[in-house]
Amino acid sequence: MHSDPEAIRKSIRTYVMIGAALFVFTGITVAVNQIHLAIPLAITVALIIATAKGSMVASVFMHLSHEKKWIYGALVLTVIGFIILMSVPFFTVHDSIGTPIEAPAAEHAAGAVH
Amino acid sequence: MNIPYVVEERPDSGLTNGKLGIWLFLASEVMLFGALFSTYIILRTGAEEWPHGELNVWLGMANTFILIGSSVTMVMAWASLKLNDFGKHRLYLIATFLLAAAFLVNKYFEYAAHFQRGEVPAHSTFLAIYYTLTGLHGIHILGGMIVMAYFIGPGVRMWKTNPEQFTNRIEYTGLYWHFVDLVWIFLFPVLYLL
Repeated sequence: MHSDPEAIRKSIRTYVMIGAALFVFTGITVAVNQIHLAIPLAITVALIIATAKGSMVASVFMHLSHEKKWIYGALVLTVIGFIILMSVPFFTVHDSIGTPIEAPAAEHAAGAVH
Repeated sequence: MNIPYVVEERPDSGLTNGKLGIWLFLASEVMLFGALFSTYIILRTGAEEWPHGELNVWLGMANTFILIGSSVTMVMAWASLKLNDFGKHRLYLIATFLLAAAFLVNKYFEYAAHFQRGEVPAHSTFLAIYYTLTGLHGIHILGGMIVMAYFIGPGVRMWKTNPEQFTNRIEYTGLYWHFVDLVWIFLFPVLYLL
């Protein structure tokens, strides 16, 4: 974290610029939404812009661009946990618990014997 | 008895207690909102159809601008303290508090319009997750406002007795506030636009 007054004044300019960029990106997100893209493309574009905005807030406003390694360590664990959470919907779609995968083959074999 | 590492940084981690504490708290908050986002994905992918255009995009966009503006004033409040300019700090912190209040007023009108049309949480799966996510986020806004009110009011005394600790406390409040803004940055497109 900066303590030198000149460095803080420089940071203030950065904060204002990032704030302006966040306003512009929000406008772009809504403008893109008004042209009614296909759903998968709309989701991709909106999430890319949101991720860019989120990264700006985290790196500049929350000073993550120059933080101590203990903080990064805690956040790496958080990211791993977050990825697991976001994977849960995938597992709910792709699990095969309760699905009779072997049943058709068994029936076919039984039919061949008779 | 003085609590160590409130102002000075620990030699091993290079962090104050409060800094590490707020980041660990924010990590748990990521898990809380992450679980709800995950729930949203499950509900949406499992639904046969998902309503589109039920929410007022312009109100949502106005609230996004309000929260981004409040993030800028919050970081300015901290930077002003670093520059030893308490007057500016106070103005920026009050501005942040007022912007937070504006967000909640906006949200109140939005909720009221839905309730008048009978669009309560039990109306649909979409509205249930909408109220859960935005309601939880609104509670976080309220929590931030209570902390800011404390530092505008009685908590301000610390600036005279221990300015460095006061500056650190404003920094931790700011980290929390930026996180609340960050969550909204994702909530807005997910709920209002997609």
